[in-house]
Amino acid sequence: MSARRIDGGRLIDRTKPLRFTFNGRKMEGFQGDTLASALLANGQMLVGRSFKYHRPRGIVTAGPEEPNALVNLGKDKRFEPNARATTTELFDGLEARSQNHWPSLERDIGVLNDRFARFLPAGFYYKTFIHPRPFWKHVFEPFIRQSAGLGQAPRHRDGDTYEHVNVTVDVLVSGGGISGLAAALAAGKAGARVLLVEQSAHWGGRLDDAPDIDGQPAETWVAETVAALTNLENVTVKLRTTHSGVYDHGYCLAVERLTDHDPLGPGPRQRLWKVRAGRIVAATGAIERPLSFAGNDLPGVMLAAAVRDYLTGYGVAPGRRTVVVTNNDDGYRTAFALKDQGLEVPLILDARSDPGPVAEAARELGLKVAPGKGLAGVSGKGRVEKAAVAAIDGSGAVLDELACDCIAMAGGWSPAVHLWSHAGGKLHWDETDAMFVPDPDKPPLGADGKAMVRCVGAAAGELGAAEALETGWAAGLWAATETGHKPKRGAGPKAEPDEETPIAPVWVMPRGADPEKRAKMWLDYQNDVKVSDVELAQREGYESVEHTKRYTTLGMATDQGKLSNINGLAVLADARGEPIPAVGTTTFRPPYTPLTMGAIAGEARGDLFQPIRRTPMHEHHERMGAHWEPVGHWRRPYAFPRSGESVEEAVNREIVNTRQNVGLLDASTLGKILVKGPDAARFLDMLYTGMMSSLKPGRCRYGLMCSENGFLIDDGVVARIDEDTFLCHTTTGGADRIHAHMEEWLQTEWWDWQVHTLNITEAWAQIGVVGPKARDLLEALGGMDLSEEALPFMSWADGEIGGFKARIYRISFSGELSYEIAVDAGHGAALWEACLDAGESLGVMPYGTEALHVMRAEKGFIMIGDETDGTVIPQDLGLSWAISKKKDDYLGKRAQDRLFMTDPNRWKLVGLETLDGSVLPEGAYAVDDSKNANGQRETQGRVTSTYYSPSLKRGIAMGLVRHGPDRMGEVLTFPGVDGTETKARIVEPVFLKEAGA
Amino acid sequence: MLILTCPYCGVAADETELAPGGEAHLTRAGVESSDEDFEAYLFQRKNPKGVHFERWRHANGCGKWFHAARCTVTNEVFGTYPAQTLEPPKEILDEIVARRPGWTLETGP
Ligand SMILES: [Zn+2]
Repeated sequence: MSARRIDGGRLIDRTKPLRFTFNGRKMEGFQGDTLASALLANGQMLVGRSFKYHRPRGIVTAGPEEPNALVNLGKDKRFEPNARATTTELFDGLEARSQNHWPSLERDIGVLNDRFARFLPAGFYYKTFIHPRPFWKHVFEPFIRQSAGLGQAPRHRDGDTYEHVNVTVDVLVSGGGISGLAAALAAGKAGARVLLVEQSAHWGGRLDDAPDIDGQPAETWVAETVAALTNLENVTVKLRTTHSGVYDHGYCLAVERLTDHDPLGPGPRQRLWKVRAGRIVAATGAIERPLSFAGNDLPGVMLAAAVRDYLTGYGVAPGRRTVVVTNNDDGYRTAFALKDQGLEVPLILDARSDPGPVAEAARELGLKVAPGKGLAGVSGKGRVEKAAVAAIDGSGAVLDELACDCIAMAGGWSPAVHLWSHAGGKLHWDETDAMFVPDPDKPPLGADGKAMVRCVGAAAGELGAAEALETGWAAGLWAATETGHKPKRGAGPKAEPDEETPIAPVWVMPRGADPEKRAKMWLDYQNDVKVSDVELAQREGYESVEHTKRYTTLGMATDQGKLSNINGLAVLADARGEPIPAVGTTTFRPPYTPLTMGAIAGEARGDLFQPIRRTPMHEHHERMGAHWEPVGHWRRPYAFPRSGESVEEAVNREIVNTRQNVGLLDASTLGKILVKGPDAARFLDMLYTGMMSSLKPGRCRYGLMCSENGFLIDDGVVARIDEDTFLCHTTTGGADRIHAHMEEWLQTEWWDWQVHTLNITEAWAQIGVVGPKARDLLEALGGMDLSEEALPFMSWADGEIGGFKARIYRISFSGELSYEIAVDAGHGAALWEACLDAGESLGVMPYGTEALHVMRAEKGFIMIGDETDGTVIPQDLGLSWAISKKKDDYLGKRAQDRLFMTDPNRWKLVGLETLDGSVLPEGAYAVDDSKNANGQRETQGRVTSTYYSPSLKRGIAMGLVRHGPDRMGEVLTFPGVDGTETKARIVEPVFLKEAGA
Repeated sequence: MLILTCPYCGVAADETELAPGGEAHLTRAGVESSDEDFEAYLFQRKNPKGVHFERWRHANGCGKWFHAARCTVTNEVFGTYPAQTLEPPKEILDEIVARRPGWTLETGP
């Protein structure tokens, strides 16, 4: 094992070595390592290349805020790009590859970008690649495509499984540090249902710094508290679970990583928790800020607390000789930890001129402290080799140079206020501590109008252990009380308060750095945004923080600016000459850290993606080799191809056979809504444009339904069953929508009318028996009288056919003699087979939806969704005959009188016949000779339906054309997308005159 | 994601169970209405920053339409009530005034 592995490491188990590979190189780590700690232990500081300049990048952090250490993880079915090495737990056999480089991590060609950095400033996409135009396609785009992109898209279907779980809790505590544990304990003891989630694999947070709690070591207190919580039945605790977002009314998402760290383990890989929480306690800690000095992106420059985490948590020394640069007391803790491990700390650079007691403590340990000093810059080939010291307030004149292999930078802390902000909590700038903290007067509100989130501990800007415990405990009591529980009296856990010397904010180091230095100070490591870019954006007028963010791409990478946002807006504020709060922050949006698409999809994939509706004859169709078409959630046979036959040939055969012999259609999906009650007739008169109250029992009538805006929304045949009862047929896709439409008007407008509606679509199986030999087939089945006299066109009758109790409608959508036979759904399959048997000698064949569509078009019947698109009124479609002139009112009547609706220039329905007999392209537009302001040709009509008609052996189409019905015989031009043009003559929309129902 | 209590079945329903229906208490403009009145009925909707009366349907539940009084800024819900009414009930108005002192019901379009 590497020399970088030192003593200690409370999170690793040295008895359990693990093997893994990085870019194919074999390495070893221990159980408990993260990929990042294991890479560092193997001396692998270089882990990736930056997005724009392809600069070498190393591990900067030890947590989810990591901007650099993103890797492609796994392979084939278990491949994931952009995995953060700092939160990826090591397992035996892990395979990781670095990203964003070519051809290799060590020798990258894109690093040329770095040489041209001055040609790629902020907004370079907007500026550089606009002109000259032809360059975009042949020069700029190939170049950008070659060099841009983070990670690789997986090539295989995800081999893992995922699941969703819904829970309702009183209190969701986010974060298992000491503050979150105190909150969960307070709320849990009060009897509240508590869910405590912690994103890492460990409780207690950054425990090494913690003082004793209630007189015992913090680690002991944490273990005992977790045990106590586990014993409470009303409390659930979850490790490896990231609370990713807070939404309206306490809705939260959290993702639990079940087997990411143990890919051979049982069960799903991840579980998405959908939580409805009464109150939320955000104990999410704080994120350390980098310092902006020249060369701060060199591998080896790390956050001070991360250096400490690797030392104490994993027993790994990122460097042998570490310069600590800080502007607050916390940086010293890292120096002490390094010293404690016997590692070299040549100098502590403190931006404060009077660091106070902590510097004294350092000196007593033999450490050298330089107050009022900072870094003029760091340099090295591919990693840190040298640090240059300068006065903090100067322009960067080098006072001293130090050899070193690591820089630990401590720029102060930013509370992780994301969860507070997601649902609208506001922030205020704390001048003393130089941080944005939650404004307790402007919290996110729940359904009850009261605060639903409270931040505690470091997330509230309380960085000390004593305050973390105090605010956590208080928030737990608050959350329990607010959700109706009565906490018992009792003191919360306590620790000794710790006095610290205030931070001295440093946004640019040194403060007077010249432009050349500022162009080497990175704010956003992942998107390569520098101090100079933000300043340039401000000079070019991008003063708003939201504009600057988009112009520079600051904070827009996968880390969402966790390290860069505050520094970036401080630089912007300085450039604007305004205080930080005047600039404000960008919007925090969920998720806190990226979720996998698998977790979002959960079980909803493959067969479980959405429910499929099947008719009672579905299996029979499947056996016949049906070619399926989705219609809403239904699957309907599009056609029934025979062996050796194309789908198109099958459609044509089905049409010819139906028009010559007899065809069978599975019409079960047709919507069927029962409307019943003393006011049913009156209600339907309002719903349909035609008169339904005058319909006699036993008869059927075709009806149109419009929205209140006048637009046609559905059509179908209405059968009057008795005085009070109607059966309304809707389109297949319209049943649920039209039923809801009926209910809306009944419940919200005519609630005193006595009408009951019921969607009985699935209660019936329905078979269309269609064609000149339809009656012969039914007579062969035997049963009720279906003669012209007994059952004339547009009537229905109950009876028995072939031994089935049936209701038969004499209606037609093809122009042919046609009966629709409805039976109990359970008898559908048997009736279908009986019809096929009875019609065998008559040449019966089933037909699908495409034949249905062609046959209706041959007769000029409209189809909802083809001829209508939500902007078409019945009058446009020549359907005025289906609008009652006798009725005072119906839904849509007033709207159809509006000026725009009665405009004679509205496009109206016509038939279209191509001059050459070809089939017009779907959706084609007819152009005229004039041009619009943009130089485009004006349109005068469009194709709504277009088919090949096997009956006429030519293309037929329907379309909407300006003044169409008055222009019979005129020829229109339809340009195709391929540059060709098709000419078609305007004709009547009824193509097939003969044949009669 | 909002949560609203259906006044019919009493279920505290997630937004995924509900279908929104826009502004509540519209008066239908009939066939005799003027162009202006009919246009107002079809298209002119209140868009208040604050208290809003709105229609919801417990679509994936009991199927009933109901009304909710909700603050469009904070999502605070003052109450829900059945849709079979021409105006908000007194207890809802009282609740709003209790939480938003000085608030008055805007009448007319
Ligand atoms: Zn309900």
